[in-house]
Amino acid sequence: MKTENQKAWLFVLPVLALVAFNALIPMMTVVNYSVQETFGNNQFFWEGLTWFEQILRSERFHAALGRQFMFTALILVIEVPLGIAIALSMPRSGPWVPVCLVLMALPMLIPWNVVGAMWNIFTLPDIGLMGYFVNHVLGITYDMTQNPFAAWVTIITMDVWHWTSLVVLLSYAGLVSIPDAYYQAAKIDGASNWSVFRYIQLPKMKNVLTIAILLRFMDSFNIYTEPFVLTGGGPGNSTTLLSIDLVKIALGQFDLGPAAAMSLIYFAITLFVSWLFYTLMTKDDLN
Amino acid sequence: MALVLNDITKVVRGATHIKPTSLTLETGHFNVLLGETGAGKTSLIKMMAGLDPIASGTLEMDGIDVTGLSTQKRRISLVHQFFVNYPHMTVFENIASPLRVAGMAQSEIDGRVQEAADILQLSPMLKRRPHELSGGQQQRCALARAIAKDSQAVFLDEPLANLDYKLREELRELLPELFAGRGAVVVYATSEPEEALLLGGETALMMDGAVTQFGATAKIYRDPASLNAARVFSDPPINHAPVQKSGTQIVMGDVRWDAAGDAAALADGTYTVAVRPNHILPSASDRATVALNGRVLVTELSGSESSAHFDLEGRGWVSLAHGTHPYRIGENHTFYMESGGCLYFTPDGHRVA
Repeated sequence: MKTENQKAWLFVLPVLALVAFNALIPMMTVVNYSVQETFGNNQFFWEGLTWFEQILRSERFHAALGRQFMFTALILVIEVPLGIAIALSMPRSGPWVPVCLVLMALPMLIPWNVVGAMWNIFTLPDIGLMGYFVNHVLGITYDMTQNPFAAWVTIITMDVWHWTSLVVLLSYAGLVSIPDAYYQAAKIDGASNWSVFRYIQLPKMKNVLTIAILLRFMDSFNIYTEPFVLTGGGPGNSTTLLSIDLVKIALGQFDLGPAAAMSLIYFAITLFVSWLFYTLMTKDDLN
Repeated sequence: MALVLNDITKVVRGATHIKPTSLTLETGHFNVLLGETGAGKTSLIKMMAGLDPIASGTLEMDGIDVTGLSTQKRRISLVHQFFVNYPHMTVFENIASPLRVAGMAQSEIDGRVQEAADILQLSPMLKRRPHELSGGQQQRCALARAIAKDSQAVFLDEPLANLDYKLREELRELLPELFAGRGAVVVYATSEPEEALLLGGETALMMDGAVTQFGATAKIYRDPASLNAARVFSDPPINHAPVQKSGTQIVMGDVRWDAAGDAAALADGTYTVAVRPNHILPSASDRATVALNGRVLVTELSGSESSAHFDLEGRGWVSLAHGTHPYRIGENHTFYMESGGCLYFTPDGHRVA
């Protein structure tokens, strides 16, 4: 006979309490703000869905959202193939493995704001190593404080420098877990390097790559510190990504209601895209 | 067609893994590599398949030197101990993969895959993925891939080791039929003497990276050239002990028996006797006449046979006989040896009689 009781729920309670305190309750404050108007003095007026409507119709939000998607798409398109390529060219065994792993991990260990500051100085046309080189040696005009295109090139390059390692390390973990027997079988089949990649390495890396892309999507979609320190969203609004715009509205203009509504919409988009991607990628495994 | 190894060696960072090895492996029967784990069977196979470099010597396939030829350019198949199939492809595509690489026409691919699948009873599973198959089916899929391809040589590296007993027997029966008439040189590595005997053909006994003896399987079993060869080709392990030849008798401690056959012609001196467990019986008979008094340590029943490990003057010996026998553990029992089954070696292990 099967015995059933509800005791298991007791074990879930501590986690539930933890999640409530560090996520749900703080978020309720945001929900609270998003449906009310305040002029200070702790006085609140009910506004319903006004802020949500306002944000969803705002040109400014659309522009920031567009830039955000563009940024995320660009870094994914560069970082994922580049990360796989680097992982493929790393040695599988021998004394160089730890050296490669440490070198790869280094950029990820640097704090976000330091990365922003580093790249800011690095790319300054007069004193930055790269900025000076490009402007005065290559003779190409490059100034991210003046030119939107240069600003975009800089933030993309910075993110690629900072986070490609994550894709590399996860892909590498997937690669080294493939037994030699698979490579031998492919060789004996007469398979080319491309076939080995397409039919052995890529399928075997699929799970870790899904996680890598998911993490890179969420991180890059929520990115704030590095572009804030590097460009501050400029020149003009050209690199004002969603989070930078959000902070401008909340702390710059002190429009707490619209800012709260915007952060909820922002959160919903992140959640939805992550869910969609994960569901599509793991669909095959469930069948 | 034949695969000829001329003094090939394998050296890894200065250490010799395979000592100079020469073999002529022919088509038409199984060529078994028999040896314990670490004897060099897999190393030798990898060199023959071109997966590992040959340090010196040459490898000829059908009279053509293929020593330096890349694996991709050789027409060979390899089945591993692990079930290696492409994980995201169907069974059909797995079997077809080497044919696709070879650029074969779709109609011919269909025919060949179907034929291989029929022999290996995989036809109902052609649309499934490897992870939806049982272990035995996965290995059958790997075997189907090996036979669908037109190979000059097929290497089977302990293909049954990871299967459970019943499946192993089923597949082993299927194997000779699988490769009959295909004209490929079949090389089969195993660590089980019984498997070598069942598959027949020719056997190369391997030990410590060297082939100690090569020839028809049954002949090697009957006539091991060295004590090492006799050890490799015996399960349970072969019994051995130092003996003295003295006049017409062989003396082992306080046991003695008449030297017969070739042993009668041996000069007086020290030798090593080796006798397979099936020549040590629990009771006397016409042929089993030499009484051995030993203390029974462990008994094992394996189906219709039972074995007894006993202590004979400080040496662990084994008896293997049909039926069950009322041994008492820890007590003395008199076993009877068939002296006709004795093999004699010099003290350094060379066969003399």
